[in-house]
Amino acid sequence: MHFKQKWVFVLSLLLVFVMVTGCNQQPVAKAPVEEVVLKIGGSGPLTGSAASYGTSVKQGAELAVDELNNNGGVAGMKFELLFEDDAADPAMAVNAYARLVDQGMNVSMGTVTSGAGMAMTEEVKKDGFLMLTPSASQKEITRYPNSFRVCFTDPDQGTYAADFIKTNDLATKVAILYDKSSDYSTGIRDAFVAQASVVDLNVVEEQAFTDQSNTDFSVQIQAVEQSGADLLFLPIYYEEAAMILKQSTNLDVVYFGVDGMDGVIGQMGSEYAALTEGVMLLTPFAADSKDEKTVHFVEAYVERFESTPDQFAADAYDVVYTIAAAVEKAGVTSPKDKDFNEKMIAAMTQIEVEGVTGTMTWSEDGEPAKSATAVVIKNGKYVAFER
Amino acid sequence: MSLAASLMNGLNLGAIYGLIALGYTMVYGIAKMLNFAHGDIIMTGALTIVISVHQFGISPWLSILLSIGVCVSLGVLIEKIAYKPLRKASSLSVLITAIGVSFLLQNTAQLLFGSSLRSFPKAFQIPTYGIGGFELKGDRLLTSLITALLMVGLVWIVYRSKVGLAMRAVAQDRDTAELMGIDANRVISMTFAIGSALASVAGLFYGIAYGFVGPYSGSMPGIKAFTAAVLGGIGSVPGAIVGGVLLGLIESFAKTYLSSELSDAIVFAVLIGILFLKPTGLMGQEIREKV
Repeated sequence: MHFKQKWVFVLSLLLVFVMVTGCNQQPVAKAPVEEVVLKIGGSGPLTGSAASYGTSVKQGAELAVDELNNNGGVAGMKFELLFEDDAADPAMAVNAYARLVDQGMNVSMGTVTSGAGMAMTEEVKKDGFLMLTPSASQKEITRYPNSFRVCFTDPDQGTYAADFIKTNDLATKVAILYDKSSDYSTGIRDAFVAQASVVDLNVVEEQAFTDQSNTDFSVQIQAVEQSGADLLFLPIYYEEAAMILKQSTNLDVVYFGVDGMDGVIGQMGSEYAALTEGVMLLTPFAADSKDEKTVHFVEAYVERFESTPDQFAADAYDVVYTIAAAVEKAGVTSPKDKDFNEKMIAAMTQIEVEGVTGTMTWSEDGEPAKSATAVVIKNGKYVAFER
Repeated sequence: MSLAASLMNGLNLGAIYGLIALGYTMVYGIAKMLNFAHGDIIMTGALTIVISVHQFGISPWLSILLSIGVCVSLGVLIEKIAYKPLRKASSLSVLITAIGVSFLLQNTAQLLFGSSLRSFPKAFQIPTYGIGGFELKGDRLLTSLITALLMVGLVWIVYRSKVGLAMRAVAQDRDTAELMGIDANRVISMTFAIGSALASVAGLFYGIAYGFVGPYSGSMPGIKAFTAAVLGGIGSVPGAIVGGVLLGLIESFAKTYLSSELSDAIVFAVLIGILFLKPTGLMGQEIREKV
C-alpha cells in the first residue's frame, strides 16, 4: 500500500513539473515584435431594409484604411477596421458595440443609422471613446462632447433642401410626403417646413404614412397630383421612395430627396431604372465631381467593389481620414498613450479636413461645417446638379 | 374625380383583401381553425414569381403557374405536418401552431432571399387607359374582374360540385360526414389547396399593385384580410369578398378624407362597431350549439 501511494505522489509531482515547464515555454516561442494598431470600430445595417447604407459605409471605410496602411500608416500606427452588423436595430447596435469593445476598439465610428445610434451614444459616452459617425444624422446623436459626425443633421438637411429648392428656382409649389413614424423623416420635414416659410417657398400639400402603412401610397399620390405641386419632397429612406416612384408613374413632379434617398437606383432594379431619371437628392458628395480627391476615391472604389460609391461610402471614407488627421494633431503614437481619448477628442475641433464630401471643420457641438449641393440621376448615375 | 379615384383604389385593395379572406374563411368554415400562416403564403407566391422570373429567367406566364404550384404544395404540406397531428387538440394549440408556422415561413424566406424588398417583374405591368380625361388603371380593373370570377367559381365549387358537397358536410358535422363515407382529411387538404391557390393569385395582384415584395409583405395584408373575413362573417364565401371590398373602401376613404395615419385605427373601429351590432359578421350564419 505504502509503495503504491509513493508512486502516485512521484507521478503527480512529475505531471505538475511537466505542466509548469510547458506553461513557461509558451511566451518564449512567441517572438515577433507587435506593431502598434489603432482599431476603428463601427456598426451598421449589413442586412435588412437599410442594408445598402451599411454596406456602403463598410466598403468606404475599408478602402480608406487600406490606403492609409499601404502608405505606411499614421504616426507609426497601422489602422484596423472592425465592422459589425446591427440591422439598423437599437438593441442589436448595443450588442454590436459590446463586441467591438471586446475586440479592443480604440475609436468609434458610431452607427450608420440614427435610430440604432441613439441607443449606442450612451455607451460610447460612458467608455469615453472619440465617436465620429459617418451618417447618423439625428440631431441628438452628437449631444455629448465626445461625439462628432461627418454628415449633416436631419434639421440641417431640411433647411438646406428648402434653401436649395428656392435659390435654384426648382419649383413654385411643393408637396411633402414623409414617414410620420420615423424621427429621421419628421425631423427633416419640420425643418423644411420652417425654412420654407422663411424663404417664401409655397408648400401646397403634406401627406404622411407610417411604418405600418408603407406599401400602398395610392391615396397620398392622388392628393399630391390634385394639389398641382411641381416638386415632391421625400425626406424618407430609399425602400419607400422606390415604391412611391413605381406607384406614381403618371405624376408629373420633380422628386427631391435627401441622404436617405441614396440607394434608390439599386433598389429599383435594372428593369425600372428609367423611373429614377431626373430624381434629385441633396448631398455634399457627387461621384462625377472633377475634384482630384473625389476622382481618385471613385476610381479606387469602382475598381475594388465594382459599383459607384454613394454618399454613405464617401462619408465613411472621410471618417477614416478625419481620424488620421486627429491622430496627427493630437500627437499620439499608440492607443495605449495616456489620455488617448481626451487628446483625440480635443484634436477634433482643431483640424480641417479636405474630404470627398467637402472641406470640413468641427465645432464643439460635434457638427461639421461644409456646404450642401445636390445631385440629379441621369441614365442611372448621380450627376452633379447644374442650373 | 377624387371620389372616383378613391373608389378605384378601395375596390382594388378590397379585391386583394377579399381573395386572401376567401382562404381564411374556407379553412375556418371546414377545418374550424384560423390559419394565421395564410398571409405568408401570399408572400411565398409573390416571391416565387420574382425569383423565377429574375433569377431563373422563366417566362412570366409560366411563373404564375409555378407560383400556384408552390403555394398549393406548401399549403397542403403545412396542413399535413403542422395541423393534422393537432386535429384533436384544443383550438388554442392549433392557433399558436399557426402563428409559429407564420414566423417559420417569414424567417425562412428571409434566410433564403434576404430581408430587402425585391422589385416585381415589369412584365406584369398593365397599362393605364385614359377615357375622356378619366384614368382607368388596367391593373385595378383586372384585379377586381378576376377576383369576381374566382368568387363565382368558388361558390360554384362549394354549392354545386361533389367536392363542395363533401366540404359542406364536413363543415356541418365532421364525425357524421365520416360515417357517411367522406374522407374528412382529404376534404381538408383540398380546402387548403384551394385556399393556397387563391393566396398565390392574391400575391400576384399584390406585386402588381405595389411593385415590391419582401419576406414580411404578407403579414399586414394577412391581418387585414382576416379582419375582412370576420367582418363578412367567417365561414361564408360571399361574406369574405363583401368584407374585403368593404374594408378596402373604408380604408381608402378614411385615408383620403380623414387621416392617412389613422386609417388603420378607423378600419378596426368600424369592425368593432359592426361586430357589436352583428356578432356573426355581415353574412355569417348564427349556429346554435347543441348540447
